[in-house]
Amino acid sequence: MAFDKTEVEKVAQLARLHISDIEKDEVTGRIKDILALIDEMQSVDTDAVAPLAHPLDMTQRLREDDVTESNRRDELQQLAPEVEAGLYLVPKVIE
Amino acid sequence: MEWEAVIGLEVHVSLSTNTKLFSGTASIFGAEPNTEANIFDLAMPGTLPVLNKEALRMAVKFGLAIDAEIGKRSVFDRKNYFYPDLPKGYQVTQLDFPTVGKGSLTITLEDGSERQIGVTRAHIEENAGKSLHEDFHGMSGIDLNRSGEPLLEIVSEPEIRNAKEAVAYLKKLHVIVRYLDISDAIMAQGSMRCDVNVSIRPKGSTELGTRTELKNINSFRFVEKAINSEIQRQQYVLEDGGTVIQETRRYDAERDTSSPMRSKEFANDYRYFPEPDLLPVEIDDTYIEAIRATLPELPDAKSARFVSEYGLSDYDAGVLTATREMAEYFETVARSSGDAKMAANWVTGDLQAALNKNNWDLAESPIQAERLTRLIQRIKDDTISGKIGKTVFEAMLEDGSDVDQIIDSRGLKQVTDSGAIESLVDEVITNHPEQVQQFRDGKEAVLGFLVGQAMKLSQGKANPGQVNQLLREKMQ
Repeated sequence: MAFDKTEVEKVAQLARLHISDIEKDEVTGRIKDILALIDEMQSVDTDAVAPLAHPLDMTQRLREDDVTESNRRDELQQLAPEVEAGLYLVPKVIE
Repeated sequence: MEWEAVIGLEVHVSLSTNTKLFSGTASIFGAEPNTEANIFDLAMPGTLPVLNKEALRMAVKFGLAIDAEIGKRSVFDRKNYFYPDLPKGYQVTQLDFPTVGKGSLTITLEDGSERQIGVTRAHIEENAGKSLHEDFHGMSGIDLNRSGEPLLEIVSEPEIRNAKEAVAYLKKLHVIVRYLDISDAIMAQGSMRCDVNVSIRPKGSTELGTRTELKNINSFRFVEKAINSEIQRQQYVLEDGGTVIQETRRYDAERDTSSPMRSKEFANDYRYFPEPDLLPVEIDDTYIEAIRATLPELPDAKSARFVSEYGLSDYDAGVLTATREMAEYFETVARSSGDAKMAANWVTGDLQAALNKNNWDLAESPIQAERLTRLIQRIKDDTISGKIGKTVFEAMLEDGSDVDQIIDSRGLKQVTDSGAIESLVDEVITNHPEQVQQFRDGKEAVLGFLVGQAMKLSQGKANPGQVNQLLREKMQ
């Protein structure tokens, strides 16, 4: 896959990251190196290997469906810049 | 050209657990804003998810009910996007290894015919919060009560061919999850939501057209309208020589039209990756079989049994099994009164009418199964006539006292005393000499009129069988 600066810009946009023009070239180069390594790994025969979802060889512990948390709205809303009628206020997201 | 639609549904059902999917915060509909939003749900740094056991059990239960493959190893993934009602910046969902795999369900169409619709998968995921865009002096208000609430997203195969089938499919899902007691599935409250994928193609073609996705549909009726309106729109576009653009559209029920959602409101590239904070979930056959053992009799099976066991019509059986509560109510009355047909008539007729009229849930009805049983018993043992039964039923809606007491205190007991009936009959014969003569001349139909007159005189309380017999005897 041809990987260039446009891809970096797209990924940065999706991740809401600001990258300066100088950084873009540097990041593009580093990601290219990583992709080259991945290309090399692609040549390994993994037919008999199950996909790894997690590096730990353990399974998920489950939680009982019991309420353990109490209402801490007042305390938590002290952290917010603006609240009204119990809601957290943010800049308008649709016109 | 004749067109054919290809429709697939993505249905979100919110699971009726006590707590959220990954935290011990209460998860009850209708709480004050942000009172069910704690550090986990607000994505405070350092919080880690722990999976709710009940949510997993409910998902597996659903899978078993639709004969689906159950994923013995499911893996959670992050779906990344930015929106203020998603504080973490990602939604935890299941991409490649969902808990529920391929299954299917049978829908019944209006003409009574049946069709099998495939379910591709159903995965567990967490809900986002709610954004309110009005009345906050130019800002948006965020309520995170829903944030982290467990959802089951049920994805159908693109096998639905028209709006009516889509509604039938949705209704079937609705009744199944309610029978399973895993969700209230109330569309108006958002505990069941539906996104629809629609494309059209020339009839007979096997290629798929470009599809659009409709969001924001919150009632069965709107599903039908939204699909029809979108099929129509795509037809106009194509017949006009244009092309359908793959996009997400928001349906506006008031104007019965949809418009494209701005690309900012959704990202097409969610950069999924396995959720590192959660380990794979593994379940075994013992676990699955233990859940299978808890499956209730499902609506189709129940309906078929009502037809064979109680001799009900397909229609009545369908109505009575629409909800599990209704089916259980009917069955209690049918068994304890020993008259299934009468039980079915009362439940589908007067009871249903009273529920509709008063906007009651079955549980709110002042006439529960034991009281209706008693009423039917009193009709069967001739304490009251069937007609007076309706009066008693009406009285029972207002008056919570014992059925026998209502009959007594209102003097509704059927008159079976032959002396009293005889005087009624004599009065009718005296008052209607003309009709009596007609009967004697062989006009059998007049008897009905005369019985009616006697019943009227008795204010409905005379035993119609006795009146009938006595009239006949006297007019011989």
